[in-house]
Amino acid sequence: MISLQFVYVLTGLMFAAFAVLSAGDRANPKRFGNAAFWALVALSFLAGDRLGDLGNGFLVVGLALIAGFGQLGRGAPATTSPEERRILAGRFGEKLFVPALTLPVVLLIGVLVLKPLQVAGHPLIDPKQATLVSLAFATLVAVALALVLLRQPVISPLQEGRRLMDIVGWAALLPQLLAALGAVFALAGVGKVIGDLVTTYLPTDTRAAAVAVYCLGMALFTVMMGNAFAAFPVLTAGVGLPILIHRFGGNPAAVAAIGMLSGFCGTLMTPLAANFNLVPPALLELPDRYAVIKAQIPTGLALLLANMVLMYVLAFR
Amino acid sequence: MLTLLGVAVVVLGFAARFNPLLVVVVAALVTGLAAGLPPLEVLATLGKAFNENRFVTVALLVLPVIGVAERAGLQERAKMLIARFQGVSVGPLLVVYLLFRQLTAAVGLISIAGQAQTVRPLIAPMAEAAAEARTDELPEPSRMRIRAFAAATDNVGAFFGEDIFLAIGSILLMVGFLATDGIVIEPLRLSMWAIPTAVAAFLIHGSRLLLLDRSLRSRGERAAS
Repeated sequence: MISLQFVYVLTGLMFAAFAVLSAGDRANPKRFGNAAFWALVALSFLAGDRLGDLGNGFLVVGLALIAGFGQLGRGAPATTSPEERRILAGRFGEKLFVPALTLPVVLLIGVLVLKPLQVAGHPLIDPKQATLVSLAFATLVAVALALVLLRQPVISPLQEGRRLMDIVGWAALLPQLLAALGAVFALAGVGKVIGDLVTTYLPTDTRAAAVAVYCLGMALFTVMMGNAFAAFPVLTAGVGLPILIHRFGGNPAAVAAIGMLSGFCGTLMTPLAANFNLVPPALLELPDRYAVIKAQIPTGLALLLANMVLMYVLAFR
Repeated sequence: MLTLLGVAVVVLGFAARFNPLLVVVVAALVTGLAAGLPPLEVLATLGKAFNENRFVTVALLVLPVIGVAERAGLQERAKMLIARFQGVSVGPLLVVYLLFRQLTAAVGLISIAGQAQTVRPLIAPMAEAAAEARTDELPEPSRMRIRAFAAATDNVGAFFGEDIFLAIGSILLMVGFLATDGIVIEPLRLSMWAIPTAVAAFLIHGSRLLLLDRSLRSRGERAAS
């Protein structure tokens, strides 16, 4: 059975290659910082299960120290100039879209065709991890197609991947690290403290006030924790179930669904949802790291208001 | 109350723009200390959870694909493609992408698009080219604003489409949580209740995209005159 382990080994090898290529990049004055950073990430993917919990903890500290003390630079692998790219774009035409479009196509084939497939009574790929395993297949197929169709040097996927990875930089690891912070918050009981604050000090004696407290609470809690999933159990146990559903007779499906979506409005407005809000500005080379959040805040606030109105009107009929 | 010190570290650290990786590690240690946990236990908890959440970072596997295609001129081709449609401006282009993202996410195809595989190589360059076709020179702040809106549109479309799909994590979490209180709900009922918000999200963000168009145009006219 092909499991998540296969995906981790592939990812680890990619980061290991980035580390080696970074070390040899004399154009980057901080090349050893980059090499050490990507080597630690490679170690995590290749041998994370053998490092032990404390070993992984020290690995995280290592990553934070390299990034925190500004030791990450930006590599400059040899690449094509903007002028050459315009000429190539004219020559290759629509063929250029093939590798990027291969990704969703192979991903779909993986999830729809490979996932139910059985070989000698065992599933071919781990059904629980079908999306990630298919994503790994899809990248392999797409890289091969790109090399053949666009006649690029064999090393170019790794060099160009490194170029993009250096652009993203430390932000690449932030989503994973924030997920880990969530575990520490859970261990220390942070969620319960916030939930108690909300339910003790905010008014919930009228239906309108209770709807507002639940929706705003979901959004605010999500902004602070970076994740609506962490907010949902706390706020629903504190306000949703006892007050909106049991006291005011709200429809449980409508209360829960719109409550969760109020949390999603919070996700649009928090730097803690790093993969959505902080990685894209890095990928798009925006000078303001909070530019995407700023573009999303008006939508998030207006939609939060819409959610409160929708819940008030739809959930109590 | 002391338990919330870690949250305060995150808020202040991010606001002061310290390196976020360092901020998160410090926040974890502060939270643990405030809750009376020994530092090594906190570090082990952080390390264990970091290791268990490696799947979060796997999405970056697509970068080599995007990189090779960019080396051969993918972004330039995306711009040429949009330049052929003279009439398309930034707003309607992103509205179409918003609708596409919401509809595909609603049927479970959340992974077919995303920031690394569609926004950077295709959507952002197309949006920039659509704006360039209308003004001779696109000012740098406008270009950055268009890119930020392209990324924001992907997020809004994904968030407020995926909850219509039955098998998504958030729906399963709600079903499981309500079941512990003795309330049994079909996933289909929950996903139906996600539709009104999805429509509201389309209307709100779509209007903002059309307004973006207008503000870019007036800025362009001001620059031209």
